[in-house]
Amino acid sequence: MSDSSFAAIVPMVCVTLAALAALVAESFRAKGEQMPIGGLGVIGLGFALVACVLLWGRNASSFEMIEADNFGLFVTATLCIVGLLTIAFSGQVIRRDGLPAGEYYTLLLFSITGMIMMAVASDLLMIFLALEILSIAVYVLTGLRRDSPAASEGAFKYFLLGAFSSAFFLYGIALTYTLTGSTRLDRIGIWMAAEGMNVTPMMLVALGMLLVGFAFKISAVPFHMWTPDAYEGAPTVVTGFMSTGVKAAAFAAFVRVFLSAFEPLRADWTPVLWGIAMVTMVVGTVVGVAQSNLKRMLAYSSIAHGGYLLIGLVAANEVGKASILFYLLVYALTNLGAFGIIALLSTRDRPHDELRDFAGLWYSRPALAGLMTVFLLSLGGIPPTAGFVGKWYVFTAAVRAGHYDLAIVGLLTSVISVFFYLRVVVMMYMAEPSEAQARPAIGAIPLAALVISTVAIFYLGILPTRVLNLAAASVATIF
Amino acid sequence: MTAYLLTLLIAVPLAGALLVLLLPGRDEQGAPLIRQIGFGISLVVFALTLVLWWGFDGASADFQFVERAAWIPAFGIEYHLGVDGISLWLVVLTGFLTPISLLSSWESVEKKTKEFTFFILALEAFMIGVFVALDLFLFYVFWDAMLIPMYFLIGVWGYERRIYAAVKFILYTMAGSVLMLVAILGLAFLHQQATGAYSFDYARLLALEISPGWQYWGFLAFALAFAIKVPLFPFHTWLPDAHVEAPTAGSVILAGVLLKMGTYGFIRFAFPLFPEAAVYFAPFIAALAVIGIIYGALVAMVQPDMKKLVAYSSVSHLGFVVLGICALNANGMQGAVYQMVAHGVSTGGLFLLVGMLSDRRHTRLIAEYGGLKGVMPQLTAAFLIITLASIGLPSLNGFIGEFLVLLGAFIWDWKFAAFAATGVILSAVYMLWMVQRVFYGDVTNEHNRALPDLTPREWVVIGPVLAMAIVMGVFPNIFLAPAAPAVDRVVQRVEQAQSVNVQRRPPSDASEPAVLVQSHSAPRTPHSAIRMAR
Repeated sequence: MSDSSFAAIVPMVCVTLAALAALVAESFRAKGEQMPIGGLGVIGLGFALVACVLLWGRNASSFEMIEADNFGLFVTATLCIVGLLTIAFSGQVIRRDGLPAGEYYTLLLFSITGMIMMAVASDLLMIFLALEILSIAVYVLTGLRRDSPAASEGAFKYFLLGAFSSAFFLYGIALTYTLTGSTRLDRIGIWMAAEGMNVTPMMLVALGMLLVGFAFKISAVPFHMWTPDAYEGAPTVVTGFMSTGVKAAAFAAFVRVFLSAFEPLRADWTPVLWGIAMVTMVVGTVVGVAQSNLKRMLAYSSIAHGGYLLIGLVAANEVGKASILFYLLVYALTNLGAFGIIALLSTRDRPHDELRDFAGLWYSRPALAGLMTVFLLSLGGIPPTAGFVGKWYVFTAAVRAGHYDLAIVGLLTSVISVFFYLRVVVMMYMAEPSEAQARPAIGAIPLAALVISTVAIFYLGILPTRVLNLAAASVATIF
Repeated sequence: MTAYLLTLLIAVPLAGALLVLLLPGRDEQGAPLIRQIGFGISLVVFALTLVLWWGFDGASADFQFVERAAWIPAFGIEYHLGVDGISLWLVVLTGFLTPISLLSSWESVEKKTKEFTFFILALEAFMIGVFVALDLFLFYVFWDAMLIPMYFLIGVWGYERRIYAAVKFILYTMAGSVLMLVAILGLAFLHQQATGAYSFDYARLLALEISPGWQYWGFLAFALAFAIKVPLFPFHTWLPDAHVEAPTAGSVILAGVLLKMGTYGFIRFAFPLFPEAAVYFAPFIAALAVIGIIYGALVAMVQPDMKKLVAYSSVSHLGFVVLGICALNANGMQGAVYQMVAHGVSTGGLFLLVGMLSDRRHTRLIAEYGGLKGVMPQLTAAFLIITLASIGLPSLNGFIGEFLVLLGAFIWDWKFAAFAATGVILSAVYMLWMVQRVFYGDVTNEHNRALPDLTPREWVVIGPVLAMAIVMGVFPNIFLAPAAPAVDRVVQRVEQAQSVNVQRRPPSDASEPAVLVQSHSAPRTPHSAIRMAR
């Protein structure tokens, strides 16, 4: 089954070492000294990516708790890309806002460690541990700007509700353990398969508790209340990071738990998730239309995208699982790009996140406006961008499983979402620049990251076969 | 070269668009060069469409210049292109109108020339893609992708209410196509159930046995998307806004090519894929088309704005096209295919001429003009010819299509033909009335006294359109003959479904299909009909 008991944790170890190095480097930093701490993170994440490639197809397993199967590795790779892009956008923002670089990178890398662990954990306790590692780091990152009341409010809300949901999750684990005598997913699966014929209320309660915990992390309606505030209050780079990374990690664990351990109870959780997916898509888009702050708008859009991802889970077929992986990757590239542009255009005193801030961007920064347009069109799912292929893939899964209703509602809400993405485009191209506001210059590294994301979006939109096959292969070996 | 001709037709404008985007120079510096390059590329594309016509075998109903390559094999998605008699002329029309619309904006588009040229060329690539795609996934990609350049053309270079019009245009069209995407996915899934493999391929999906219940829903999903695009009567409200607010080049392409995608979709996809449902729904759609013919004409009559008048006349004229398709016989469908091209030429011409007037006076209100005949005789002459073409004067392009459509409708059900024929009269009323108020009488507005007549550049723009209108009217067989085999094949396919339906019906109802079978057994009817009409 496993070829080496330590192989499976190598990606995690790479990132952890980078985080520790960042911590140490910060303590040796003289006051006011500029240190390329972000570079340490790049090295760690780069090695983690290489480790993913080397581990591919080997189903490495460590301590009977970590399974570096292809599914986990695909998500790990996605998370590494999220981390790399975030670091690329971070340097400029940290210098501008005077954020503590050492703490920032350390927390960022620790939270990525937690995310990776969450993606590959095959034991409920490990998943909980990973959830806490990533959550605590992200709570702190959200409130990193101590001078900003909005940041503190967002962080506090996120923390309280997050702690609450963690308690739910833990209670769910406890009940599951009571029932099955194990926290290992495979053993729970075997037990559930044996007892799945006669479902007891206890089983349903355990299931429900776990569901609430996951739904909170992926900000599904009605557990989404923290999302807009936390997203708006956090430094914009962090918002981009948590909207993509946390979501990817939580979805990976969600899929793993519900499609392996609790697969036998599918008839019981499918209607619930069906309903959650429906309201998540509808609420995310409809409320998104009313937003005039871009960060809040993207927060609601990220809720809606969570709904599309849930479709893949409800469909629960091969296509559905693979579509979640593909969609997470696409969504990460796209959303990070959009948040990255907002972050890079902000100044220290003024966030560049109101809709009217984008007025006439095309006239002063045509290239940035063009890149932003690509990100927004991809979020809206318009061909030939990756967002279209992602949505098409998810809806194929829904139709395949006979959920025409989910596909229709999903497509209709994505048309509505196009309306609010286009509002930004209207501002950038069709409104005259309001006042001569100084827009900061953009460094070469962040610009390169944006261009690479755009190229990737077109690549995945026009020639998706290779990555689609990878995603399909990732789910073929497990479950 | 001919092996990759269709790919070239898509790739050349796309590459040209990227080239234009990467050229240095913003706004006024470098603008002439960008204009010339863009125009040159569009001419190359037009030449390629002529090569396509030259190499096209008009006697065959099969798809030609077929290109096929796996694209996303896991889902049976292919890069599959081909052209037949139905799409041939639409491709040529696209190639014909794009350079004209670029040239028409030579002076009127002053800002952001580079991006303007980029979007027009990208639009051309996607439009051609829509007409030649034979894989439904590929078709949908082009169908949706095309909205974006049009959105920018209206939104950035349009008139006062351009943003509203642009957003309305894109939301309407997208909302319509959403259900079509679900139906496409459903078809692929049906194919997977039947054969074990997904496929979005047009020919394979045609071979699929689809249950009547599925057919009805699938047909409605496709028909909604196409009806919005055409636009058919209750779905038309986006069109006047988009037409009026779009810049001249946008209006020309919108009226000339984009609307045809809806009718093309009916002929290519909705009717053949779901023939039984098509037979069932044809009378309803025809009724909407006839309502659109009369409603569009009546509303056009009272418009104070010339561009809006022409926009509503499009609703009316496209009603004829849809009626011809719904007649489900060779005459009607031939007429529809012909009328699609003819309307593209004549309405494109009208928008060009109205654009020239409004470039001079910056108003499109009929009341602001009057007596222009003495001031600008050349423009008046051109306008009159296009007007006559539009209202269907014999020997100009509008006549043949409308005549065939009415003939087909009459064979099917004389009541539709009778009501639709009033549209012909009404179109003469509103068009000639507008011409009278704008060009005849005394010069009522002093501003109009010194307006310059057509410039040489404008002659180059409108000349080909005039020539085309006359050629199409005098030699209709050039255009009808290559389309005939493909049209017959579609009609045959739907008729088979009709005969299935007839067998299910009580025998007393058998008189109607007898006529249809007769018209089908004489596939040369359109030509004899024209001879008769002369």
